[in-house]
Amino acid sequence: MASPDKVDPIHQFAINKIVDLHIGGFDVSFTNSSLFMVVTVVLTSAFLYFATSSRAVVPSRMQSVAEMSYEFIANMLRDAAGKQGMRFFPLVFSLFMFVLVANLLGMFPYFFTVTSHIIVTFCLAMLVILTVIGYGLYKHGLHFFHLFVPSGVPGILLPLVVAIEVISFLSRPISLSVRLFANMLAGHITLKVFSGFVVSLSALGIGGMAGAVLPLGMAVALTGLEFLVSFLQAYVFAVLTCMYLNDAIHPGH
Amino acid sequence: MLFARLDGAEGPNYVARDLERTGKQPAGRGMEVAMAVNSEPDETGKTGPHGQQKADPRDDDLDRRRRNLEASLATRQPVRQEREEGASGVTGYGQAMKLSSEFIAGVGVGAGLGWMIDRFAGSSPWGLIVFLLLGFAAGVLNVMRSVGKVAEFGQGSKHGSNREPDQRR
Repeated sequence: MASPDKVDPIHQFAINKIVDLHIGGFDVSFTNSSLFMVVTVVLTSAFLYFATSSRAVVPSRMQSVAEMSYEFIANMLRDAAGKQGMRFFPLVFSLFMFVLVANLLGMFPYFFTVTSHIIVTFCLAMLVILTVIGYGLYKHGLHFFHLFVPSGVPGILLPLVVAIEVISFLSRPISLSVRLFANMLAGHITLKVFSGFVVSLSALGIGGMAGAVLPLGMAVALTGLEFLVSFLQAYVFAVLTCMYLNDAIHPGH
Repeated sequence: MLFARLDGAEGPNYVARDLERTGKQPAGRGMEVAMAVNSEPDETGKTGPHGQQKADPRDDDLDRRRRNLEASLATRQPVRQEREEGASGVTGYGQAMKLSSEFIAGVGVGAGLGWMIDRFAGSSPWGLIVFLLLGFAAGVLNVMRSVGKVAEFGQGSKHGSNREPDQRR
């Protein structure tokens, strides 16, 4: 916030350089966004490493959480893409854990939300789509492009339908990234606005403080909703990744 | 002999399903029913399975219990999946976000493609016009797909049934 009485809901998304770095004319500074990405990765890896290090037959609480997350993603992937899809398990699991932990880290006050920047989510989505295209071409060759040719379409309509299908395919990374980014951005802005109401109303005196109870209650409820959204968006991202990978493994038979 | 053995394996299977339908019965009674069902083909001349049935009741009991467990797990699976879908449907907000992002992405990609084609081919307004319309169609297709009104990618009406067992593992 610029000053205590002026609430700026966008300020939380500002990127600050921590270490200024320029290599070959490119700005590769280490920013607060990079810091939180590193924190996310370190936290996830450390948690999974320590949770699974004991390898007890009867799992402890930590190990149980790690096993549950494994089972969750493994079942999701097997349901969506079949047995062959399991070779993508490391990718899907890493994406899910990264998005989930980054979303949840963003729920701490004063923490930066990595996934609220579209460039981050877009890179994740492009990683998925390039994997789909690359694996599809490697595995099926040109047969992969049958994905864009629905069967049973009259010849005259075919160019039109293929163009629409191609655009629909290209819009996948956009919708995948926009959904995650927009959810996180909108949620955090709403939270900030309602919390800002509390501050500015209570500055009006005793009557304002009584009135500030309403937005405070709203902010508490929204915090709960945001935790739900954090998990749900990570889940949706992983589910859609599985579905897209299914297209690469079995393109239209 | 092979057919007789298959028959024998089939017998308890029906019983397991029967038990599933009628509800919980003590294990002893289940065995009785299994015998009763199996004695039916005996009278028609197939004596093979019955003897085998008697030979190892403990193994058979275990088999039956495993099948029961599988059946009850299978009935539980769709319920859980439905609940998950319901959770995202209940929020409504999530659904709206999902559909609008699908639609906007379609239109956006169409417009972007048209603009790029215009830029490189110099066909100024036409690429944008045509691809914006195509993008609109793609956006509508995306939305219809994500609510499940239109078949998924690559499966036309003919291939839909082909793909079904694959997806169900």
